Amino acid sequence: MKSKMKEKAIKLVFTSAASTAILIVALIFLFLGNEAAPFAKVPGLSELFGQKWMPVSFEKESFGLLPLITGSLLVTFLATIIAVPFGVCGAVYISEVASRFERELFKPFIELLAGIPSVVIGFFGLIVLTPIVKDVFGLYSGLTALTGALLLALMAIPTIITISEDAISNVPKSYKEASAALGASELQTVWKVTVPAALSGIIAAVMLGMGRVIGETMVVMMVTGNAAIVTGSPFESVRTMTATIAAEMGEVPFGSDHYRALFWVGIVLLIMTFMLNLVSHRVLKKYQDKQ
Amino acid sequence: MKQRIKLLAAVLGTLAMLVAFPVFQSFEAQAGGYVTVKGSDTMVHLVSSWAEAFMNHNEGMEVSVTGGGSGTGIAALLNGTTDVCAASRQMKEKEYKLAESKGLDVMEHVVARDGIAVVVNPRNPIETLSVEQIGKIYTGAYTNWNQVGGPDKPILVLSRESSSGTYVFFQEHVLKKRDYTTRARLMPATSTIIHSVSTDQWAIGYVGLGYGVEAGDKVKMLGVKKDENEHPVYPSEKTVSSGAYSIARPLHFYTKGAPTGAIKSFIDFCMSKEGQKIVIETGYVAVQ
Repeated sequence: MKSKMKEKAIKLVFTSAASTAILIVALIFLFLGNEAAPFAKVPGLSELFGQKWMPVSFEKESFGLLPLITGSLLVTFLATIIAVPFGVCGAVYISEVASRFERELFKPFIELLAGIPSVVIGFFGLIVLTPIVKDVFGLYSGLTALTGALLLALMAIPTIITISEDAISNVPKSYKEASAALGASELQTVWKVTVPAALSGIIAAVMLGMGRVIGETMVVMMVTGNAAIVTGSPFESVRTMTATIAAEMGEVPFGSDHYRALFWVGIVLLIMTFMLNLVSHRVLKKYQDKQ
Repeated sequence: MKQRIKLLAAVLGTLAMLVAFPVFQSFEAQAGGYVTVKGSDTMVHLVSSWAEAFMNHNEGMEVSVTGGGSGTGIAALLNGTTDVCAASRQMKEKEYKLAESKGLDVMEHVVARDGIAVVVNPRNPIETLSVEQIGKIYTGAYTNWNQVGGPDKPILVLSRESSSGTYVFFQEHVLKKRDYTTRARLMPATSTIIHSVSTDQWAIGYVGLGYGVEAGDKVKMLGVKKDENEHPVYPSEKTVSSGAYSIARPLHFYTKGAPTGAIKSFIDFCMSKEGQKIVIETGYVAVQ
């Protein structure tokens, strides 16, 4: 009798712990929507589709989200392009080529890289990487989208390596043996058999890495220059959505249009990360089903 | 089981004490005198230094300092949630009207002055600019150093984030209320502006006088001409306090009516010789 009660109580605790996450997500959505909603009446949602983000102005305040969205997308895109080759090659090496000793050596360092606080990476970027980017590309300032993307790639690589490596080492041994039996070399086996078989896992890893990149704030705020311009050039300054919220929320008058506009930025950001997560979840599931 | 209940009681008891403790503390302080200061983020460092020294001198007095911005501070003063408002700008007409409608007689105290230095890289040959030229650089009308008599190089415009009081002051008094160019790079802190100006040869930025002086050889502070025809004035404690340097602002305290009791003794302390010494130590300019 007593043990049954206990079991029930424990079950209740675990259920509530698990559902807290759902509750909190729902509350966050509700809160964001509630704070952002009055913007739709005054000054109207069409404001958000403008080309200019100029929230503090004596002339006319503008709350166009376009430069912020393109800024976030550009940095994320560049960071992904940089991180994928490193991440995937690293994962292949660790799971297929490296000796046991090498594996034991690399893995803790990769995990350590994932654990470095972003503000430290940002500071490193500002002091060390910014002047290097400036000199290497002959720019007049190193505060560019590319600098931010390089640092973000550094932060995404551990995620990509860890999850891809998992996917690659889960490829059934029989595949590789069959490939070897057909006379394929080790390299051919890796690239033509193992990696394609693990592809959905690798794609999910990349997606999760992108999720980390798009939500990162401190690094981009410190090194991208934060100029809200619509650009596709990696050598220009960009202002990301995350940096905008972090930089402006502190001083914004409570309940003003600017305050509400920042909540819209938050909603757009949340939807984008939500979609990324959804897609990576789907892909990951497909890969797990195949196993 | 019983032991567990005991443990739980102990934990709850400790928690309750922790929650209650600050309440007792503030009661105690009220006996000696309790002053709240709220407002400008620019002034938080200065006011906290004052508060610390003041509390060291006066046993039982407590001064609590919070930021939030000049506008927030003024609103708090009018709503009666703070004793003193610290503001890096003057109260607006609208705010005075609001005070009047509430039957409040707001008193202004100028407690310190702040100069804003325009800085460039030491390797930049430019030595002086007029306020109008600086304004044109920041609004994006000028984009090349040769438009202000320098070499043919693009200007890298650095500004603070829009949440900064300095950003608004600069916009009002140098840009003459026009918008910043969207190409201006908005830096999250003064130290990052100093760092970028010291590494990027064709950058221009603005920082509080104290920060500019502290940076030493890393940056070059420009002489500023009020008008095209006037002599350039370099920012320094002397030129700011005499009013000769044009990009300077008074820092204010606002109180409801003439201050009394603990509030008066705190403001008197800020204006005293020792208080004004703290002003200089924190990088601002004394008023006396």
